[in-house]
Amino acid sequence: MSENKANQVPFRGGGFSHKPSFLISITVFVTLILFWEFGSRVGFISNLVLPAPSEAFIAFLQLIETGMLWKHLSASLQRLALGWTFGTLLGVAVGLLIGLFSIVRAGLSPLVSAIFAIPKIALLPLFIIWFGIGEGSKVATILFGTFFPTVIATYGGVDNVDRNLIRMGQSFGLSRLSIVRKIILPGALPAILSGFRISASIGIILLVAAEMIGAEFGVGAYILLAGSLMATDQLIAGVSILSFMGLTMAWIIGKAENYFLKWRVL
Amino acid sequence: MDLQLNNITHAYGDMAVLDDINFSVAGGEIVCIVGPSGCGKSTLLRLIGGLERPTSGEVLLLGQPPQTSLNPLTYIFQDFALLPWRTVAGNISLALEDHPISKQESKQIIDDVLSRTHLSDFRNAWPRQLSGGMKQRVAIARALAVSPAVMLMDEPLSALDSQTRELLMDDLISLWVRESFTAIYVTHNLHEAVRFGHKIVVLSRRPGKVREIVEIDKPLDARSTDSPELEEIQRYLWGLMREEARVADRELINV
Repeated sequence: MSENKANQVPFRGGGFSHKPSFLISITVFVTLILFWEFGSRVGFISNLVLPAPSEAFIAFLQLIETGMLWKHLSASLQRLALGWTFGTLLGVAVGLLIGLFSIVRAGLSPLVSAIFAIPKIALLPLFIIWFGIGEGSKVATILFGTFFPTVIATYGGVDNVDRNLIRMGQSFGLSRLSIVRKIILPGALPAILSGFRISASIGIILLVAAEMIGAEFGVGAYILLAGSLMATDQLIAGVSILSFMGLTMAWIIGKAENYFLKWRVL
Repeated sequence: MDLQLNNITHAYGDMAVLDDINFSVAGGEIVCIVGPSGCGKSTLLRLIGGLERPTSGEVLLLGQPPQTSLNPLTYIFQDFALLPWRTVAGNISLALEDHPISKQESKQIIDDVLSRTHLSDFRNAWPRQLSGGMKQRVAIARALAVSPAVMLMDEPLSALDSQTRELLMDDLISLWVRESFTAIYVTHNLHEAVRFGHKIVVLSRRPGKVREIVEIDKPLDARSTDSPELEEIQRYLWGLMREEARVADRELINV
């Protein structure tokens, strides 16, 4: 400092922010699969422990050839679609009521918290008694499982709507219905949609669990059968189908977010 | 339409916020309310607009609001309060949708207020794309759309930077000069008060009381930013508030 030497200010900013890189994502995924395949061929991954990805793929091709894929998949998708649609619809409705009315909140929110923590699959035997061993109990499990997280996401979203916007609506003399429709609902939509993300994966988890009891067709039934026959290649094929279902649902919800939330500050 | 405040007293629980406020607002007049922070200025404005009920006292509307007025008492908020999921035109239309007017009329009103606030080019923009000053212009356009009898402005320029504030103040003055409106303008900025107010109500520290009402006769369009006369009034107002503002600054906020 004593001399008049000019030093450039050292740079110490940067970092701590993300740049998406599709290339890296795909490389890691492909490398992992290739390593796994290589390990199985060379023999340091025993076939008993884990089948090669190519074997799982062959099992998957067999599923297509025998026409069983569509049978299993359609059974599963039907249950998931019914359970998830009604679960989330009811969830949004009840969540809105809890968010809007103090009386409903006082009555229902402790109940929701109490039942939310119960693993719904533990109730499956009860559902079987109530709704029968067929489709009813399976749909009910998914419906129940997706209902509660949706309720919580929805009323959380309603609570987080900017109070000042509501006051603005009142100051312009909007009706209560208009305030709910035009201010509260769109304001809660980001939270509702992220609730959908969570309930979609919960739905898939419960779908498989429910199909493991008393189902002839369905991805869960297929996996259970493969497991009990120690047909690990089929098991991996089945699990991959589930993973793909999860990805597809996340993708659809992502598209919905882009469409409905295009006003958001990115 | 005139507005009259009679013995307005307000408390939140045990805490007295406003104490016996009396003043009136004549049609076409702009009344500024100034006072140290936490003196209940914004609460007073909410009472006037009917968003809260005073503990005692009454706010009276003298005479009928004009037939064309869709929302006689209309607010402009400090944080703009625009719906982020509606475009500029959509935000203005929100204020009209609950009224029995045709699509055609509503479109005419929107076009008119957009052009009065120089926003016609921004009709389809999203709020997130607008600067603070532009957002407040949209909020002003929305308020004009319902042709209010009295505009209730709650620190409308306080969230803006000082250059934008000057520009918007000029806009407000030219809007008033073109077509005079009645307004109650809450601010902590004395410079804004002396430029825009016909009457300045100085409130004391909490519980807010009317300390003094200062009238400025000079017409709005004749007021320049650096007029010594206005500066003198501003100095006088600051003299009234200075000690109280200092004490108020050191108070704990317990709301």
